[in-house]
Amino acid sequence: MFQYLALLAYLVFLAFPLVWLLSTSFKPPRELVKLHPTLIPDNPTFNNFVQAFTEQELGRAAWNSLQVSLASAVVTVLIALPASYALARFKSKLGTVALGWVLLSQLFPFVLLIIPIFLVLRQVGLANSHAGLILIYVVWALPFALWMLQGFVRNIPRELEEAAAVDGASRLQTLRRVVFPLLAPGLVATALFSFISAWNEFFFALVLIKTPELATLPVALARFVGIEGTARLGPLAAGSLLATIPSLIFFAFMQRRLSSGSMAGAVKG
Amino acid sequence: MSRNRFGRRLVATAVASVVGLGALAGCGTGDDEQSDGPAKLRFLSLAWQKESMQANKDLVAKWNADHPDIHIEYVQGDWNSVHDQLLTSFEGGDAADIVQYEASGIGNFSKQGYLADLTDLISGELKGQIEPGIWDTATYDGKITGVPFLLESQVIIANKKLLDEANIAIPAADGGWTWDEFQANAKKLTTAGRFGAAWALKSPTNRVMNLALNYDGKFFYTENGKTEIRVGDGEKEIPKRIHDMIYTAKSASPEALGMSGADTLPGFFAGKYAMLPGSVSLRQQMVEQAPAGFEWVTLPPIKGLSTTQAANPQTLSVSADSKHKKQAVQFLEYFLNPTNMATLAKGDWLVPTGKQANEELVKLTGGKQGWDVAADSAADLTVAPFQKADGYPEWKTKYATPALQQYFANKITLDQMATQLVDGGKQVLR
Repeated sequence: MFQYLALLAYLVFLAFPLVWLLSTSFKPPRELVKLHPTLIPDNPTFNNFVQAFTEQELGRAAWNSLQVSLASAVVTVLIALPASYALARFKSKLGTVALGWVLLSQLFPFVLLIIPIFLVLRQVGLANSHAGLILIYVVWALPFALWMLQGFVRNIPRELEEAAAVDGASRLQTLRRVVFPLLAPGLVATALFSFISAWNEFFFALVLIKTPELATLPVALARFVGIEGTARLGPLAAGSLLATIPSLIFFAFMQRRLSSGSMAGAVKG
Repeated sequence: MSRNRFGRRLVATAVASVVGLGALAGCGTGDDEQSDGPAKLRFLSLAWQKESMQANKDLVAKWNADHPDIHIEYVQGDWNSVHDQLLTSFEGGDAADIVQYEASGIGNFSKQGYLADLTDLISGELKGQIEPGIWDTATYDGKITGVPFLLESQVIIANKKLLDEANIAIPAADGGWTWDEFQANAKKLTTAGRFGAAWALKSPTNRVMNLALNYDGKFFYTENGKTEIRVGDGEKEIPKRIHDMIYTAKSASPEALGMSGADTLPGFFAGKYAMLPGSVSLRQQMVEQAPAGFEWVTLPPIKGLSTTQAANPQTLSVSADSKHKKQAVQFLEYFLNPTNMATLAKGDWLVPTGKQANEELVKLTGGKQGWDVAADSAADLTVAPFQKADGYPEWKTKYATPALQQYFANKITLDQMATQLVDGGKQVLR
């Protein structure tokens, strides 16, 4: 009984910010500055949502974010998959150096690189474009995705691949029929990581995108904050609430694939 | 089976994304520089209040309708990230043609040559509309690199009912209280469960620097090309008075120390504080958020030896790299004509820098909702030494804010605070 209560308390603790966001997004301005705010708005209003959508065109910004984040996630996984397999399975000095370099690349704060990146993208005609942004997000997510995915590959027993080879499967067949299905949770986790990091990213989107029609959601949301942190809380909460929905849907859709233990009993000793 | 389906879907999505990436590369680029057709200029606006954004967009739309040869594209920016955005776009050679910022923020950009010298481009009419002291805030090395257009002054927002109950007369727009009167009235308004005032001191440095001018407290002194911090009686006066209100007279709320201006509003509306020293723009939140029937009034700036305050106006600058500087200034002349400037100021609840705009705004609003006080306070605003000091941002962050916060939290003495400020100056200023 105590365990359930503790779990419930933990859930309430985790969910409270989201519930508070929901409550704030439906409050009229006067209720936002009450000394003793209530969880349930006294006079709920949709006005914050209307303002969020009409003033900053959040719908278009959300669509932009969705395109960029999905593409970044897929491209990251596509590149990380063969690379991580090679790193995990084929031991070589080059592989060790590559892994070291990947680790080292994480030490550079990206803010230091923004101006060179901006100049390079401009030279190749990708500044102020979603393609440029996707490129940056892929490069950004790739090192971590590689580390993550090669860990998943290492967890797949080599014996399974050897057994497939003994059964007459070619290298490609082994990869397609044995390795990739077992790697699905890892691929999903990597895709989720890439998606969320691109979805939440603010600074590159702010700096690289100049055309208002191409702005992403975090950039659009920032515009509800004024001088010295003063914010228009209602529309900001409404917009932020909407911004969490795609991530929740993405998680809900993908979380089944995250289940571990799919390899339990695969190899019997 | 299900895994195979998942794999196929993943591959299909990947292919679609890669194709999409290619398509996006083709359609998303906006770096077009046309040789024919209208001149295209980007205008980075930081308007963020609903009315202000609308006013900006309307003026741009009207300009575009009336000027088919000069097209202005409205680009929305935001105050929190504008510095980084401008820095990267100036360095990258892709800044908007017209940029909004604040006078204290454009200094470094001016010195690095990123902003066009507007001295000879702006008309005498626009120059004459704005006081020389205000132009000084956006003049660097003798070059005007920004047109100051909106000002923010420090006033007092008060609960009218509580003032009436305490028989405290509301001063006229041009006749504010002295600091002694303000402190005495705050004491009068203090009762059990209510403080006479709430000083929101989450970011105390700008406010102290600003109000110190009331007692001629400059903090930054430059002699023979060398700038140093000095904390004499003039500099100590404002911190001392605020400290006294919190700890000696107990007429100012200690809980407001960690708050920003807007954080004090719930307590103000609930009657916990009678007066809020704050910016004129706070009136916008009063109008939008005050409970029905709540009567509030704007009181003029407090007077020390003078009512002088530091002006840090919002500015409009033209990028030095812009290919259309003349057209940009043409737009600025239109955008900041007295009527339009008054509209922009009204939208942001700030004070217009233009004299005629100020008069028009008072006429337009009938002086209500504190517009008479706001308009009158413009005369007290001028450039302050700290605004021109190169090391100010670093000194503020590393030394001044911590020292002032410790003093206001009663952790160090006034003299210890002064020592920290001076020592910090030695570390930062050259």
